[in-house]
Amino acid sequence: MTTYIPNIIFFILFTSTIYLFSSNVRKIYRNINLGISVDRSDKKRQRWIQMLRIAFGQSKMIDKPIVGILHLVVYVGFLVINIELLEILFDGFFGTHRVFAPYLGSFYDFLIGFFEIFALLVIISVIFFWTRRNVLKIKRFLSNEMKGWPKSDANLILYIEIILMSLFLTMNGSDFWLQINSSDPDYISAGSFPISQFLLPLFDSFSINTVVIIERTAWWLHITGIFFFLNYLYYSKHLHILLAFPNTYFANLESKGKLSNLESVTKEVKMMLDPSIDPFANASTDQVIPKFGASDIFDLSKIQLLNSYTCTECGRCTSECPANQTGKKLSPRKIMMDTRDRLEEVGRNIDENNGDFKSDGKQLIENYVSSEEIWACTSCNACVEACPIGIDPLSIIMDMRRYMVMEKSAAPSELNNMMTNIENNGAPWPFNQMDKLNWKNEL
Amino acid sequence: MNNIQINTFADLLTQGKTPEILFWVGCAGSFDERAKKITKAFAKILTQADVSFAVLGSEEGCTGDPAKRAGNEFLFQMQALTNIEVLNGYNIKKIVTTCPHCFNTLKNEYPELGGNYKVLHHTQFIRSLLKEGRLSVSGGTFKGKRITFHDPCYLGRANNVYEAPREVLEKLDAQLSEMKSCKQKGLCCGAGGAQMFKEAEPGNQEVNIKRTEEALDTKPDIIAAGCPFCNTMLSDGIKNKKKEDEVIVLDIAELINQASDL
Repeated sequence: MTTYIPNIIFFILFTSTIYLFSSNVRKIYRNINLGISVDRSDKKRQRWIQMLRIAFGQSKMIDKPIVGILHLVVYVGFLVINIELLEILFDGFFGTHRVFAPYLGSFYDFLIGFFEIFALLVIISVIFFWTRRNVLKIKRFLSNEMKGWPKSDANLILYIEIILMSLFLTMNGSDFWLQINSSDPDYISAGSFPISQFLLPLFDSFSINTVVIIERTAWWLHITGIFFFLNYLYYSKHLHILLAFPNTYFANLESKGKLSNLESVTKEVKMMLDPSIDPFANASTDQVIPKFGASDIFDLSKIQLLNSYTCTECGRCTSECPANQTGKKLSPRKIMMDTRDRLEEVGRNIDENNGDFKSDGKQLIENYVSSEEIWACTSCNACVEACPIGIDPLSIIMDMRRYMVMEKSAAPSELNNMMTNIENNGAPWPFNQMDKLNWKNEL
Repeated sequence: MNNIQINTFADLLTQGKTPEILFWVGCAGSFDERAKKITKAFAKILTQADVSFAVLGSEEGCTGDPAKRAGNEFLFQMQALTNIEVLNGYNIKKIVTTCPHCFNTLKNEYPELGGNYKVLHHTQFIRSLLKEGRLSVSGGTFKGKRITFHDPCYLGRANNVYEAPREVLEKLDAQLSEMKSCKQKGLCCGAGGAQMFKEAEPGNQEVNIKRTEEALDTKPDIIAAGCPFCNTMLSDGIKNKKKEDEVIVLDIAELINQASDL
């Protein structure tokens, strides 16, 4: 007797997962596109290499060797175990069971063995990560911005990973037990199951039917868990598993010290310096007055917004930040989290207002990031250097400073003095430019 | 040693001479009492190595770095475009500067505005002078001294120059040791991003004190610097720690100067 009910349930589960996931992806895409375009279509080869090295090759994770290696285990585990997903999907759709086993033979045995070893290593790594976050007092996990949801989010991800790996091993162990003890032709001998074989004695006290139920339950929970996780990503800090790739591809390739020159400013400055240019020559009434710097997510670039979705809140930036290390309020990680929170808020606003943003009287500056944070930065690039996936918090801080100074004239008064000096004397101090060579007389 | 001649481009132009390089002195190097010593030390090195150089003197304006990092792009570009006009007017090709902030700005931010020059930090230039044999150092002066080098952010992370200053220091025959955080991970002195010109935000420590502590952990006799601002910040840190009798902060140009007995 064949029933198609499981196939139908599986089909519904799968299509709703994909539907939800694609609507989340569309939302991310739409929100990122609220930013200003920047041209990063150049140097394709160099960009691919950067992506392969940093995202695929995890070259910067290894800066912290132990964590780096454990992260690599989880990452490789994630990649290889997903190969198994192909079979699970096939079995789910067509009601088969371990469909690849007869065709792949000993290679199947090898693959499953490989997956199992990684599943175990992932469990060990994740337990280590959990301990770091919850037992060891590691400063970057205890910062203010990590209280509440960010902390639960991080733990939840670790729990999901442990559960998924345990279900995978339970599914295999019970299957292996059935291959040995059941005459059901579905449970064909499929290999040696190097890790889950140790679970065999656990099933000995159960009847064959009970073990079948265990095996089926583990199988279904495992795939449902994966479907859940895929859609949990959007609500979590874990999008980096996907976005690290585009993020490193589009990341800055120039010297970290180079800060962009605002073109809109160049035009105005050239006009000021050259009296022969007629400022009213091309004046028209519909000319948009450019806004200098960034006060909200709309003023940031698409790359900066992609950065905010990509951030996984590891806090390597913050732990390297000299301002943060000396007790200042600034935390580059918080800048990224605030940017994403504000971006999400704007996104929800757009959803609620049929595709249009209705002003909510809020902005990234003031409502999320305080001026105290912005002015504490030394622009030392330690945060940018520390990020394992090419996020640039400094550029956002600098864009907000530009807004504060050029739109709001709200620089700290000492900086206003410094700037007045530059304007009047060509130096940040009140010395006469004519005296610039006085040191020569002291030789 | 030759008589030290500091000429401006304007002077030399009237004599029909074109110097090989422009020594961009920078505001700190021109006005700050401590930094002027670095300027003089480097001028001596250039003279010793028989480099044909000139300065801009009163025609040199702030590159605009602190204004840009403070968010004032207008003022930065005013400075940049004014300076570029002067630099291009003298047809300058190669610039050497003792300030990593000037170095970064001239090298990275001026080209888009029409200023294209080969820009070197003085540690890079000194290294090439040593390599070419135009300058030599007798090791004796610093033999047995412990030296630790503080990476300026705008030379290191900003522009990936880590080796030039170290290679120059190696010539001193001293004992070099690295701080806990160095090179890519070097901790800032606290002056960058226009912080030099303002009080720090509330916190539990000043950045320069933290960096000084890291430097003192290496038990140095000398903290080598490559930036006038780092120099000030670390010297203040040493004073704060009441170590000014034991430890001295010196620029690489000053160290080379002393080693060559100029």
